[in-house]
Amino acid sequence: MKQKTRLAEHVIKMILFLCALVTVLTTAGIIWVLFSESISFFQTVSLKEFLTDTEWTPLFTQKHFGILPLVSGTLLTTFIAILVALPVGLTIAIYLNEYASKRFRKVIKPVLEILAAVPTVVYGFFALVVMTPFLQKIIPDLPGFNALSPGIIMGIMIIPFVSSLSEDALFAVPQSLRDASYGMGATRLQTVFRVLLPAASSGIVSAVILAVSRAIGETMIVAIAAGQQPNLTFNPLESVETITTYIVQVSLGDVPHGSIEYQTIFAAGAMLFVLTLILNNISFQFNRRYRQKYE
Amino acid sequence: MTQIHSDTSQKEAQSKVKLSARNIFVDYGAEHVLKDVSIDIPEKTVTALIGPSGCGKSTFLRLFNRMNDHLEGFQRKGEILIDGEDIYHDQKHLEELRETVGMVFQKPNPFPKSIYENVAYGLRIRGVKDKKRLDQVVEESLIKAALFDEVKDHLKKNALSLSGGQQQRLCLARSLAVDPSILLMDEPASALDPISTAKIEELVEELKKKHTILIVTHNLQQARRVSDQTAFLYFGELVEYGNTEQVFTQPKEEQTAHYIGGRFG
Repeated sequence: MKQKTRLAEHVIKMILFLCALVTVLTTAGIIWVLFSESISFFQTVSLKEFLTDTEWTPLFTQKHFGILPLVSGTLLTTFIAILVALPVGLTIAIYLNEYASKRFRKVIKPVLEILAAVPTVVYGFFALVVMTPFLQKIIPDLPGFNALSPGIIMGIMIIPFVSSLSEDALFAVPQSLRDASYGMGATRLQTVFRVLLPAASSGIVSAVILAVSRAIGETMIVAIAAGQQPNLTFNPLESVETITTYIVQVSLGDVPHGSIEYQTIFAAGAMLFVLTLILNNISFQFNRRYRQKYE
Repeated sequence: MTQIHSDTSQKEAQSKVKLSARNIFVDYGAEHVLKDVSIDIPEKTVTALIGPSGCGKSTFLRLFNRMNDHLEGFQRKGEILIDGEDIYHDQKHLEELRETVGMVFQKPNPFPKSIYENVAYGLRIRGVKDKKRLDQVVEESLIKAALFDEVKDHLKKNALSLSGGQQQRLCLARSLAVDPSILLMDEPASALDPISTAKIEELVEELKKKHTILIVTHNLQQARRVSDQTAFLYFGELVEYGNTEQVFTQPKEEQTAHYIGGRFG
């Protein structure tokens, strides 16, 4: 009997270990494929050209391999998205935590999280057929494909990331600090801006960085509504292409396996990987340095 | 009557009533927390509120700066008077009220900011930007709270790096910075070691020259050491209120005698 339980214990331990191993191996596999294919890419194209050339035309006869237009497209749409998501998400978090009644909060939180559950292709379509025509009424010269419209829609999509995590961070600020502030005669707004937000800042920064990572990796919305046009610009009214969109575009085409065009996918993917890795690191460092420990 | 007695009675007659509670009832939902409590507290004295856990001491204390208002199910009947004015009458002046009535809490709760910014908080939220004035008030308040010598060289350091006792004195300094005439202290030394406790008690003694102090304490010796009057609350009722010496040596009520004698609580 005793031996049986011991055996079962051993088997369960093995299963758990294998489950953990799957995630680690997957990550390792992705990194391996990304970088091994990228290496063959960089044997043809120099790293300097990749990082400094201002044109990205690997599918044309006049080939250029400058990643910058794709990076600028990615950063531009992400920046617009954060410009939308940060103020709105933070306001929602503050409202739910400090002003709303418990019952309202209970109802509205799941409703908000639905925003993150809408399929991105629906968002993309929405950007193209609703948002862009709407924006064109305000800005008549706006082309049908532009960075602004998918950026805004992406911002709406990531609102729950910002609001939910910021709310958790605000919630974690001890009641005693609120008491201290109110006890000094501070108003609610003063308490929010002078005590709660600073005290929750590390959590809020993590929330924003997670949202940024999500926006950088977002593919469908920008593929549908941004125009698929590599363009080194920071003008939100022009059409752009993001790294992710490019990968989709080439994967769907019929580039021959092993060709330089094929390898660009991996170089672009590696660039994306590096970008998100940097962000994750910033988030991690920030958290470690600025997290307030409360008893 | 001896000379000494007439002196003290004369003194008591002179001192003005600063705080009053008139027939206060407090309910939290269906729970009756305070039942018909009336009390007059003279200016520039220390009044200790004693009683077993859950007797309503803290709730009573928090009536004076209206810190119960936002709690769920809180209902109050009766009046709380400061200098003869009912503070619950006008809803608008919560911020002003709390400038008059400072509070120190049970657990030290400095903001995760610098020592300087903690003390300057009360002025900052009232729109004071003048650097000279802020510097001066911060220094004065820290001196009053007997913390200045320990922290004067690192005012920019995070308040959370201070020890528990220092943090509590910092919280006291923060309250004093807006010069409240009344100080509420909710078991201010219960989370502190004996030496820090002694420092807080010394401060209370010193501060009553200028402030009217209400202190909730579980520590009967502390109540006896620092207070002029003692109020004994039991199950939401004010059982006895009087001169501290008298309450401790010749309590009028049997329950008081039992509590002070350590038979319950």
